[in-house]
Amino acid sequence: MIEIRFHGRGGQGAVVASQLFADAAFLEGKDVQAFPYFGVERRGAPVTAFTKIDSDKIRDKAMIYEPDIVVVLEPSLLQAVNVTEGLKEGGLVLINTEEDAKDISERLGVKNVATVGATKIALANKLGSRVQPIVNTAIVGALAKASGLVSIDSVLKAVLKLPLYADRNAEAAKQAYEATALPGGA
Amino acid sequence: MVKEIMAGNKATAYGAMLARAQVIAAYPITPQTTIVERIADLIAAGKWDAKYVMVESEHSAMAASVAASNTGARAFTATSAHGLALMHEVLMWAAGARTPCVLVNVNRAMGPPWSVYADHQDSMAQRDTGVIQFYCENNQEILDSIVIAYKVAEDPSVLLPAMVNQDAFYLSHTSEPVDIPDQELVDGYLPPFRPSIKLDVEDPKGFGSFIMPPQYMEFRAHMARGMDAARERIRKADREWKEITGRSYGGMMDMYRCEDADFILFGAGTMMSTAKEVVDALRKEGRRVGVARLRVFRPFPYEEVRYLADRAHAIGILDRAFTFGRGGPLYNETNGQLYNHKNRPPTKNYIVGVGGRDVRQKHIRGIFDDLERFEKKGYGNEGEVHWWGLLDGSTPEVER
Repeated sequence: MIEIRFHGRGGQGAVVASQLFADAAFLEGKDVQAFPYFGVERRGAPVTAFTKIDSDKIRDKAMIYEPDIVVVLEPSLLQAVNVTEGLKEGGLVLINTEEDAKDISERLGVKNVATVGATKIALANKLGSRVQPIVNTAIVGALAKASGLVSIDSVLKAVLKLPLYADRNAEAAKQAYEATALPGGA
Repeated sequence: MVKEIMAGNKATAYGAMLARAQVIAAYPITPQTTIVERIADLIAAGKWDAKYVMVESEHSAMAASVAASNTGARAFTATSAHGLALMHEVLMWAAGARTPCVLVNVNRAMGPPWSVYADHQDSMAQRDTGVIQFYCENNQEILDSIVIAYKVAEDPSVLLPAMVNQDAFYLSHTSEPVDIPDQELVDGYLPPFRPSIKLDVEDPKGFGSFIMPPQYMEFRAHMARGMDAARERIRKADREWKEITGRSYGGMMDMYRCEDADFILFGAGTMMSTAKEVVDALRKEGRRVGVARLRVFRPFPYEEVRYLADRAHAIGILDRAFTFGRGGPLYNETNGQLYNHKNRPPTKNYIVGVGGRDVRQKHIRGIFDDLERFEKKGYGNEGEVHWWGLLDGSTPEVER
């Protein structure tokens, strides 16, 4: 089973990101679970969401404590939350940032760090405002690239089901997929 | 059939829609709110031909459901925790009036301390109302159970309300794949509700009248028979559902690798789904363990409990609720059913997951270890009710 933990701020769409990525994996025949951290959500406050993906039926109903992948939707969370807590040995961190992956890798003490400038991509596609950019669809596109778990086509199929601005969201996912910097600069 | 990812609350709304509920009266409460919203949306969009009744409380929601059912309409409502407690009086009425309403309860802890998280105190406290109680471990089971609940509740030999329980957040807000059966398939399984006696202005009758002591007791005995009849109806409804969908929930109880198990954990809800993972892992290590998941709490699955007792060296009973002064409700019920049974293995009560505390695989593993130790040691000297992992240091298994 692959376990993914998303860190965002209330209003950025971390919960929807966890669901979209699950839907993409589901479209590829996997069993999935997506759920928010069972906490009280407020706009701007740190939010956690989870996705589990497996080729077998997922029966474990507990939250995720030792993720394979951590996704950070907002770089300022690195100061507020211990995002790498419980990350498995050799696990991957994907961060929305303009910074160099190497610097973040050193700062977090994690080898596999992928980066994507999701905020810029979201704003270029008129998703949210400068104060409150909605980066979830961009980050899901980037996650498809960084993790290799699902194809960008499956992500786009999931994103296109969104009730609002589906086309702009799909475009953001596609652009983020292309713009993702993989660990080791590959 | 269409398979789609959805949260438990959406599966709830779809279940009620596929069952063709005709009157929905509900009042929002966290974490049930998105059920009510989804139902209102489906009706407003014209996808579901039903009457949505706005009410000012859960008490009224249940009262409206009873009234609708009295006229021969299929009634549905949903609530959680304090909302269910407020319904208590009318649940008694619904059962006594023999109105087969179905409600979904999102299992949530009772306050104070105020909480919105998973806990079975709310529904287990409704034990004596005469309402049939189902418990679910995934979102598919919620959808399926609503349809099955109507099938059982409306059976002329039963005629009692039914409540389908799903864990707060673990199901209500968790998205997972759910197979949405075709409407025709559900229609073939669940015929329209046609009670032989109903409120009808053309044929006036009185309901809920005053009654003298020489008659009251018979009414209660008939209710008791209806509830007892539900056992066989539930098993049959489960078999028939399997024939058309391929899905079965074990009838009265979902037993997982219990047949040759020496140590069995018995409990309700999502934590028992997690426990199945642990059973597979322990079996690989050569340990003969199993999990029995409570599917129906009322009527109580006494035959299934006795089946477990005939096999196990010891049974650990997991309660996500408590009867203050006398252990967990499931523990008490289980022991009570075994007193007059020839095989009575030792039982130990584990209070877990109360107020939404996450029940992880390592906790279940620890409980299996403890149960084996308990059985080997001889169980006379040990407290039989164990609050697992208390952070106040009063239990040994806490990680620090």
